[in-house]
Amino acid sequence: MSIGSVAREAYREGLPALAASTIGGLFAGVVLGGMRGELGAVSGLLVLVPALLATRGNVYGSLGARLASGLHQGLIEPRVDWADERLRGAVGAALGNGVLVSVFAATVAWLVLTLGNADPAPLVTLVAIATVAGLLSGTALTVAVVTVVFVGYRRGLNPDTLVGPIVTTTGDVFGMTFLLLATRFVIGVT
Amino acid sequence: MPTEWRVRDISRAMLPVLLVLSVVEIGSGLVLGEYEERLLTSPSLLVLVPVTIGTAGNLGSVLAARLSTAFHLGLLEFSPTDDRLAGNALATAALSVTVFPLVGVGAWGATEATVGARLPPTTVVAVSTLSGAILGVLAIAVTITTAYAAYRLGADPDDLVLPVVTNACDVLGVLVLIGTVLLLT
Repeated sequence: MSIGSVAREAYREGLPALAASTIGGLFAGVVLGGMRGELGAVSGLLVLVPALLATRGNVYGSLGARLASGLHQGLIEPRVDWADERLRGAVGAALGNGVLVSVFAATVAWLVLTLGNADPAPLVTLVAIATVAGLLSGTALTVAVVTVVFVGYRRGLNPDTLVGPIVTTTGDVFGMTFLLLATRFVIGVT
Repeated sequence: MPTEWRVRDISRAMLPVLLVLSVVEIGSGLVLGEYEERLLTSPSLLVLVPVTIGTAGNLGSVLAARLSTAFHLGLLEFSPTDDRLAGNALATAALSVTVFPLVGVGAWGATEATVGARLPPTTVVAVSTLSGAILGVLAIAVTITTAYAAYRLGADPDDLVLPVVTNACDVLGVLVLIGTVLLLT
């Protein structure tokens, strides 16, 4: 194959997924753009945004990849059966790791900002926001990833090619939306 | 990949990487925090943040997945004269110059429709287009370097390349976006 034909094929195959995740990213941006009040009220929240969004992508991208490989290998069946120990283990690990890493990121951000005299919001506020956002977005992403991978597989699609676009699109959308809700909830409680 | 999926085994394999990556991402968050006031005064720039870092990461991850598959199938050699390598890199550059101007238009339009944009559309599109062109080149460089390193180390490119590339492109996305904002506004 010549350079030109490789490039044309790669371009054609890459564009739809990129366009879909761009729309998800713009939606996430609009949520962030509308969060200026919350960002002002919780100092240090903006510092957490890239880490929280990336954690959603990393954790649930890995869950999707694991489910896709498991289907290919015949380790799991493409239907939701919570008695299945493999499915429980994969989902439990994703939720647990997602929340743990979010709390860790909140703590590191608070520590660095405190040491840099940047006067962040109290540690408990940042950790509470990270925990609530991690649980809510994790639940929504689990439902999205499991549904799309299983339904796609049953309809004869390759789940490997579904996981990337689904996780990047819904990860940004759910990640930002639930970060906003978690922030409002925690500000309301404290 | 082990066939028993226990929470403890999965976590033991993944947590170290996740924790390291989250520290790297906090680094890019600190850069955002440094320019928080600038971003808060122009909401269209704030709207650009998630979409720019996400699109940069996606450009890299699409290229990484394609190179990884081609490599597994024995279709790819890491040589500057390899047509498949060059063609995929060219497609990534073309994708970035197609998508990023539209990202700028979308970000300005979405801001204007919701909270009201304070910057003119031409500025937002210029910031997005220039960031995108730079990020396209960086995504290609990071992906090919990481894929080549994985190949030399004998690692499975699927395990290592994707998370490294996506997170590296996230961080570069923030740095390039902020740099471009400082240059053009």
